[in-house]
Parts: sequence; structure tokens; C-alpha cells
Amino acid sequence: MAAPRDGTLSWFLALTLGVSLIKFLLIKAYHSTDFEVHRNWLAITHSLPVSKWYFEETSEWTLDYPPFFAWFEYGLSHIAKYFDEEMLVVQNLTYASPATILFQRLSVIFTDLVFVYAVKECCKCVQGGKRPRDILGSPSFVLAVLLLWNFGLLIVDHIHFQYNGFLFGVFLLSVARHFQGRHLEGAFLFAVLLNLKHIYLYIAPAYGIYLLRSFCLIQDNSDGSLKWRNFSFIRLAALGIIVCSVFALSFGPFLALDQLPQVLSRLFPFKRGLCHAYWAPNFWALYNAADKALSVLGIKLKLLDVAKLPKASMTGGLVQEFQHSVLPSVSPLITLICTLISVSPALFSIWHRPCGARGFLRCCVICALGSFLFGWHVHEKAILMAILPLSILAVESKDDAGVFLILATTGHLSLFPLLFTTPEFPIKILLMLLFTLYSFTSLKRLFRPECCLINTVESVYLSGLIPLEIFCELIYPLTSWQQTFPFIPLLLTSVYCAFGIIYSFFRLYGILLRGPRYTTKRKSH
Amino acid sequence: METWAVASICVLLGLTARWTVSLNSYSGASKAPMFGDYEAQRHWQEVTFNLPVRQWYFNTTDNDLKYWGLDYPPLTAFHSLLCAHIANLINPDWIELHKSRGYESPAHKFFMRATVIFADVLIYIPAVVVYCLYLAQGSSKTKSSALLCILLYPGLILIDNGHFQYNSVSLGLALWGVLGLGCGHDLLGSLAFTLALSYKQMELYHALPFFWYLLGKCGKLGLTGKGLILLVKISLTVLVSFALCWLPFLFDPQQTLQVIHRLFPMARGLFEDKVANVWCSLNILVKIKTLLSVDTQIYLSFGTTLLAVLPSSIKLLMKPTFWQFRLALMNSSLAFFLFSFQVHEKSILLLMSVILSAPPFVLLSMLPLLLKDNLFQPYIITSLGFIVFSLYLFSAVDRSSVDDLRLGPCCRLTGTNFLWFSFSTVVKLQFALSVLTMAGLSFMSAALEPPAKLPDLFPVLVSACACVHFLGFLLYFNLVQLTESPRSDKKKIN
Repeated sequence: MAAPRDGTLSWFLALTLGVSLIKFLLIKAYHSTDFEVHRNWLAITHSLPVSKWYFEETSEWTLDYPPFFAWFEYGLSHIAKYFDEEMLVVQNLTYASPATILFQRLSVIFTDLVFVYAVKECCKCVQGGKRPRDILGSPSFVLAVLLLWNFGLLIVDHIHFQYNGFLFGVFLLSVARHFQGRHLEGAFLFAVLLNLKHIYLYIAPAYGIYLLRSFCLIQDNSDGSLKWRNFSFIRLAALGIIVCSVFALSFGPFLALDQLPQVLSRLFPFKRGLCHAYWAPNFWALYNAADKALSVLGIKLKLLDVAKLPKASMTGGLVQEFQHSVLPSVSPLITLICTLISVSPALFSIWHRPCGARGFLRCCVICALGSFLFGWHVHEKAILMAILPLSILAVESKDDAGVFLILATTGHLSLFPLLFTTPEFPIKILLMLLFTLYSFTSLKRLFRPECCLINTVESVYLSGLIPLEIFCELIYPLTSWQQTFPFIPLLLTSVYCAFGIIYSFFRLYGILLRGPRYTTKRKSH
Repeated sequence: METWAVASICVLLGLTARWTVSLNSYSGASKAPMFGDYEAQRHWQEVTFNLPVRQWYFNTTDNDLKYWGLDYPPLTAFHSLLCAHIANLINPDWIELHKSRGYESPAHKFFMRATVIFADVLIYIPAVVVYCLYLAQGSSKTKSSALLCILLYPGLILIDNGHFQYNSVSLGLALWGVLGLGCGHDLLGSLAFTLALSYKQMELYHALPFFWYLLGKCGKLGLTGKGLILLVKISLTVLVSFALCWLPFLFDPQQTLQVIHRLFPMARGLFEDKVANVWCSLNILVKIKTLLSVDTQIYLSFGTTLLAVLPSSIKLLMKPTFWQFRLALMNSSLAFFLFSFQVHEKSILLLMSVILSAPPFVLLSMLPLLLKDNLFQPYIITSLGFIVFSLYLFSAVDRSSVDDLRLGPCCRLTGTNFLWFSFSTVVKLQFALSVLTMAGLSFMSAALEPPAKLPDLFPVLVSACACVHFLGFLLYFNLVQLTESPRSDKKKIN
């Protein structure tokens, strides 16, 4: 292509514009009930006083994000009224006029600018040794494509409908600030993020340990061990003030109104079941599948009495609590303990052997994955919390690149059941092919002198995704079982992908504990 | 990255653009009783599936020609038949005789959209890939950029995947014809073009260059020796393929005549609707459509078209090189579009698919049609993307020196000295002006109401502006073709 006059900026702009045009073209695509969720929140925050926001129950989609997101919706609602005032009426349930759709879609596209800015900052932090002759082969370019054109983000945000781009923008910006050594800004951004969507609590331990160890403890001993005398209370105090003031700003009004218990109960609704209606491909999916298999086996072998088994179905439409038949039931406390056990070694590792900002990022990914695998009522979209930060590590280290390819491909395929409508089927196939083809070829090219990034077993597993998808989407619906057992394709997809994700989790642990191998030497700060 | 990977990514991007545009509305959606081109295609599936071949082009009790009668050559009819068989397997209601008129459903829309994309993938896209990777000149980056730009060309996407048509089949076949000729496979090229012509009669716009190029080539090889053998082989290929396509209609002269009558509706007058050609624009000043009789109109347009095509044809006959052939294609299609009989807005697509120098006006001239189909949003997005990306990838605005524009020989011949004003500035100004005019007219067409006395103001303005631009391009390309010096054999893709 023509030599960019500006160097860095023009290709980045071209990539941003390209993906934005695709987002505009997706305006007419299918949107899920999340569309109505956000319309409802626009209506609630616009039409009702603050004191009623967390009590409003006209719609089943009650406000269950932290206060900053409510204020964000409030801000959006002031622009919304110029598009269609009817959408701001709380009673207008499932209101979806063309103007409403246009406004909501545009709001996602424009708030994605935060994400674009964050990606630009991340690209600046990523090094590739000498300045490459070829822009297309530089780590910054590859990272920009992997993040801006991320398949999961595109279909979840711009088809299914959510604001993840905006939220991940804040998250990645916080990460970039840590890479750049601006830790206070990073901490501030993360505190803001927690008050936008509390699911990021999963990675809070990584932040906590990293900041305590690498920011508050100014200098280590010559052998790298702790030197408690260098603990900077000033820095700790600064962090404390920042975090506390952010939380005070967010929850303060509700504390004053004495509504804190209500807000917290909305934010943490543990009455929902272990698994979402569609099982996220995590450990509990395997657990449930094993339980079902054992119960079917038990009934066949006459070891169990059908009448005594609990009738509730785990895959019913309404999410309720249920019991397992053969294996012991799982409570929220157990999932919490499992999650903590799964991430503790990583936290321990960055405490004892800090590897700078990259070690912190790897710990974030592990925390995200650990809580995805063992958490309570996990949504499959949460896999993006692991895939996106891992992209940054993938363009710098061969091992991370290998894990990224497995995690991203498997994770993205597990998102397929989110788009179950026919017109969107070719689009999701095409976008998936685009992203997968690009990620494989570009990462292979980045680490060219080394041989393959994934070994034979892994390639066989990944190739198995294709027949799985063909079976679930094309063959199974044509059989008679589609009516009687409609959840089988979902179950198969969950279980198959769960293996890949669990494997990636252990591989990442291996890299963390062993120490990564980078393409170029750098000193960690 | 390897070429196959880059090419695959370009193709996937092109397909994504097509499918996302397919999500939008189509021509005549919910507009009873006549609907639009979508219903026409569905109706042809109904007719070809349920009625015997001898009734397809005739007005019978079962086949009302006034309701979207078949007016494309037999290959289109066979294609519709094939689609109808598949439709029958999925849901026979879609093509039930008489009862399925105006049938609309999400599943049917998906099926119809899928047939267009399938045709794209089978015929058009491979032709474009082969053309860009093997026939075009330049570095692999230039080739990939050209591939991406051609695949993202909004005109074809909006008409085929939005409005609803199958232009990609005929354009793809014509492109295979060009490819065949470019690689020296004259017989295969002729075969492909014959198929294209049997699919849509509008490919006649490209027919003359094919004829003169092949004739000239035979002439150069010696009309008594190898040239004669080649001429005979080509003629046989063309005649046999025509015969095979038109076979069912050749047994009865009445059948043949009726088909031709349907393909070339002379009684309909010089033009219909607002189209960016000379007659429509002239009609604003002088009402030629009402002043002259239909016969006079036919002779007038025939004469002017031939006249417009004459210089380029003679040059091609004398110098049958591939570069001349491509220029002649451009000139011939421009001349036909501007001067011929019963031109439709969609024919504009024929101009820009082979050589890519798409000025914004091509897209603009389709705007009235797209507005009717509620395709304004995708029109804006795809046009914007296309213009920005072709500018970025090709720095088109920078390539405006005299040499790049191939006007060097012309300047030397005419002795004019373009250097007193900066030529490149003029070109840049012209390009900027056309983009601005396009933006302005698009906005006005979509947002403003025309004055009551002139209800067709915006479509007419759009057509007239576009016509002026096309005349300019006709002049430019003729100059380039005619003044090409014998030495320069440099091929370039724009």
C-alpha cells in the first residue's frame, strides 16, 4: 500500500475506520433482550429520581450494574430524547422503534472510541525489537487488529448488544497506564471500572497484590526478596484515597439514602442458578454434564430411582436454583472457595517473584480465567475478559501466542450460540473465519524463525471445532431430536470448549511459574 | 503475509460487506401490487418451474407478461429454474403457480439472498481474485489493495445484495472472458463472454471490443494462415455455445423472435426513469421523447452510439493489444450507456467493473434507485468506506501527474503545454469537487423535499451531473486510447 506519510497514525486510523464501517453495517442485525435491558435503564435513569433507580421493578430487567453505569445511562438518555422520546418511558416495555435502534447502536459505536484510544495506548507499549521494515509485520499492528477487530467483541457488542467495548476500553487503558509506569492513574481507572461493572472484581486481587508489591514496595533487595523497610506508606495512602473517593462518589448517594443493602442485593443476585441457561464452557459445565451422564447411567443400571431424582432442569429458560442428582450440589460459597484456590498460586507468584507489568497482566488473565472456570452463574461472554488482555501478551511472547490461539478460537466459538438467528449465521461464520485466519497467520509470521506455535494435539483439537459446529448448527436441527432435546448442541459446544479453556488455563500457569520467553530482551519495571 | 492469506482476508471482508448489506430491505418490499425486482426474480422461478419452456416468453393465461415477464436471455431463465428446484425442496409455497405472488417471509428472504451470494462466490469473486493476482501489475501489496477495493465496490454490492439482482453472474462471466483473452486463452474467453451475453443482453455494451480485438488478433496472425484457423475456431466456439444456450428457442422461429422482442423492447421509447445518459439529460431542454417518433429515436440512438464507438473500435482493430482492449471496453461501455436505447440505471455497473477508476458519480447516479429501496444507510456507509479506502490504499489523489494519467502522448501530439497551471491540482480539484457534489446531492436527495412544481428535481439533477461527468470520462479515455504511442506497453491498473 502507499507509504503512510505519518507513519504510525494512518494505518491505525484505517483499521479503526474499517471496523467502524462494519459496525455501522451491523445496525440492522438481530439484537437480544440486552437491548431492552439497556433501553429500560435509559428510561429508569431518565424518568425516575435517583432514590428509585434500584427499586424500580416494572420490567424484569432491573438495574443490576453499579451506580457509575447508571449515571452513564443517565447521560446517554439526554441524547436519546432527541431520537425518540418514547423509549424513555418506563412503561414502554420492549419498545424498539427504528430511531431507538439507531440511537442505541450508535451509542455503542461511539462509546467504542474509548476502546480505540485504549488500544492505541496499548500498541505504544508493545515493542518489537528493531523498527520493522514492514508495518504489517510489527507487533503494534498485529495487536491493533487483534483488539479492534476482535470477533467476540464485535458480535457481543454490535449484534447481541452490550457496552463491553467501552468497559474494556477503561480496563485496557488502566493496564496501559501500568505498563507506562503511571500506577496511580491505572488504579484510578480500575476503581472507576469496578463501579461501572462489578464483574471486574474477579481481577481485583491481581491489582491489589501487584500494586502492593511493585508500587508500594519501592525497592527490592539485591536477590529480589522483600525489603519491608522500603514500604512507602505515602503511596499506599495515595492509592487508598483514590480508591475510597471513587467508591464514595459512586455509593455515597445510596449510602445517604440508606439503600446500600438493596443496591448490593441487586448487584449480587445469588438466587440465580449455578449455570446460565446456556452453560458457559467452564468447569461446572463439565461437572453438570458428568452429573447428567452418571444419572442416566444410574437409571439404566437400575442403581437410581427415577422418582427420587430432582425434577428441576438445569437448562430451563428461567434461571432458578436446582440440585444435582448424583454428584454433590454446589453452593455459591463452594464456587468462591474454588475460585480463590485456583488463582492463589498466581497471586503468590507475583508477590514473591514480580515480573513487572507483564507479570501483572498475566496474573489478571489467570484471575479472569480462574473465576470464569469456577465462578457462580458465569456468562459465556466473560471469556472476553481473558482473551482481550492475553492479546497484549501474545504479540510479545511465543508461548503466550500459542495459548492465545487456543483460548481465542475456543472462546469465540463458544459465543456462537448467542447468535442463533438465520440471517446472522453467515455473518458470524465470516467474521470468525476472518479473525481466526488473521490471528493464526499474523502470529505465526511474528514469531517466524521459531516453528509452529501449536503442536499436533492442539491442532487436532482445534480442527475438531469445525465438525462440531457443522453438526450443531446444520445437521442437528434437521433431525427429529431438535424438538425433544433442543439443548444437546449447546451442551456439546459447552463441554467441548470447556476442555480447551481449562487446558489454556493450565498452560498459562505453566508459563507464569516457569517464566516467559520473550522475543527481545527487555528489563521489567 | 502470504498472498493466499491476504487474498482470503480480502474475500472474507467482501463477503461480510455483502451479507451485512443483505440484512437490509430489498426492491419493492411490501409494496403491493407490483413489488419490485426481488418479486420479479421470484416470479421467474415460479414461471420456469411450473410452465413448459415454450410458454416462458409468451403471454398466456398462466403467464401474464405484464406482471414481470421474462426479459433476459435464456441463461437467466435456466438459472431461475435451478433456484426454483432448490426452493421447491425447502418450501414449495415459495413458487406455487399464481398463489405465490408477492410472497414475502424472512426464510424466503434468506434463501433469495443466499442465491445471490452463492452466485457471487462461484463466478464473480474467483474472477476478481484471478484478475487481481495474475493479470494486474504491481507489487503484491498493490494487487491485494486492488482486490480489496474491487470486492468492496459499493455499486455492485448495493444493487445485487441490496436492491436484488444477479449482475455478478453476467459481470463475472464477462470478467472471465477478459481473463481468458488476457492470458491468451481466446477460445475459453470467447466461451465465457458468450455465456455472459446469454445471461444478460446488457453485456452487448462490451461485445464490440471483444469482436474487434479477436478479429484484429486474427488479422495480425495472417488472414490466410494461423489467423484464419483461429478465426474459424473462435467462430465455431461462439456459435456452438450460443446454440447450446438458446437451444429450446431455436426450433421455432416464432419462439426466437418473441425472445428477441422481449429482450429489446423497442416500443418503450428512448429511456425510462431518470438515467444518467445523454438522452435523458437532453430531454430536460428539448423534449425529444415526445417530439420524435419511436422509429426515429431508434435510428438516432443507434447512429450516435455507433459514431461514439467508432474511433475506439478502429484503433483496437489496428492495434489489438490487451491494454487497448481494456481501454476499448471502457469506451464502448461508456458510449453505449450514454447514447443507446432504453438504458437502465443499473447498466452503469457495466462501466466500472473491469477497470477500476470508479469516480464517485457512478455511485451517486444510483442514489434515486437506492432511496426507493430504503438502502440509504448502507449506501452512505459502503460509499464512504470505498472512497476512503481506495484513497488510502492508492493515494489516488497523488497519482495525478501528466504521466500517470497517460496523457503524455496526447500533450505531445496536440502541442499543448499543460504546465502553466498545475495539472495535478486540476485533477485533485475535480476529484474533490465530485466528492463534494456527491455528498451534497446525496444529502439533499435524502433529507430535503423537492419543490412542488419540480417533483423530480433531485433525481434529474443527479442524472444530469453524472451524465456530464461520464461524457468527460468518455473524452478522456478516448484520448488515452487513441494517442497511445507504439512504444509504451506499460500496463497499469488504476
